[in-house]
Amino acid sequence: MEKYVFWVMAFLSLGSAILMIRARNPIHSALLLVLNFFTLSVFYVLLDAHFLAAVQVIVYAGAIMVLFLFVIMLLGVDRDDVVEERIPLQYPLAILLGLAFAGIAVWTLHTTVGGAQFRGIEAANQGGNVEAVGRVLFTKYMFPFEVASVLLIVAAIAAMVLGRRREEEETASLIGDSTPDGREPAREPAKVGDER
Amino acid sequence: MIQPAQYLALAAMLFTTGVVGVLTRRNSIIIFMSIELMLNAVNLTLVTFARMNGNLDGQVLAFFVMIVAAAEVVVGLAIIMSVFRRKASASVDDAKTLKW
Repeated sequence: MEKYVFWVMAFLSLGSAILMIRARNPIHSALLLVLNFFTLSVFYVLLDAHFLAAVQVIVYAGAIMVLFLFVIMLLGVDRDDVVEERIPLQYPLAILLGLAFAGIAVWTLHTTVGGAQFRGIEAANQGGNVEAVGRVLFTKYMFPFEVASVLLIVAAIAAMVLGRRREEEETASLIGDSTPDGREPAREPAKVGDER
Repeated sequence: MIQPAQYLALAAMLFTTGVVGVLTRRNSIIIFMSIELMLNAVNLTLVTFARMNGNLDGQVLAFFVMIVAAAEVVVGLAIIMSVFRRKASASVDDAKTLKW
């Protein structure tokens, strides 16, 4: 059973990832990435990491990808982007180096953990995976956990500061003229003009 | 029975896909999504190692990676938005000055 689920999900996962980096429309990319995150969540279930499977769906497929889609639609970049090559041979080189990297990684894995078997996590998961992860998280990893909360607050404040419009921009957009210090007026795209 | 090496090889291929995405695309949002793909590939590796070694440290580390990724996405998308406001473009080729 695990075998069939693994191969189907591996196919879906790699397929959605490759289509994701090839899609011309960013919204298609985002939706394919959601599919990829769902397949990873299935892998987490197969690997007895039930807590992470739930977190993967809630945080990644839910929150983070909604944020991505929100920004894509807010910016209105859901059109084809420029496909011209600015660096000669960029695509062939990227694919060649990528294949070389994958080959080295798989070969390294083959030589190091090639014949390894799963020891099984049932002993550590005694009483349920969520309970076990919670116990480890709040004892052994208490300090990193608290630091992570600080990190999230800093990130929220940073997003507010970065997303704020400066006062000079506001006056410039109201007057419709150049900014006070004589710089070029900020080129506002038509699609993000709804804030005014 | 699926062996750990198969999960790890799949994770390596997903990571490579993310690398190729970063190297080939121009749209900063797609580059960002490729970075998320790489982070998730590493998470799969960590969870596989956790089951392989029979302890939960790998799962906790993957959980912390998710937390940091969430913070990174918030800040990164805010930067992309403020660049887009100035340049009216999401292409990484257009953002070549740090100050203007």
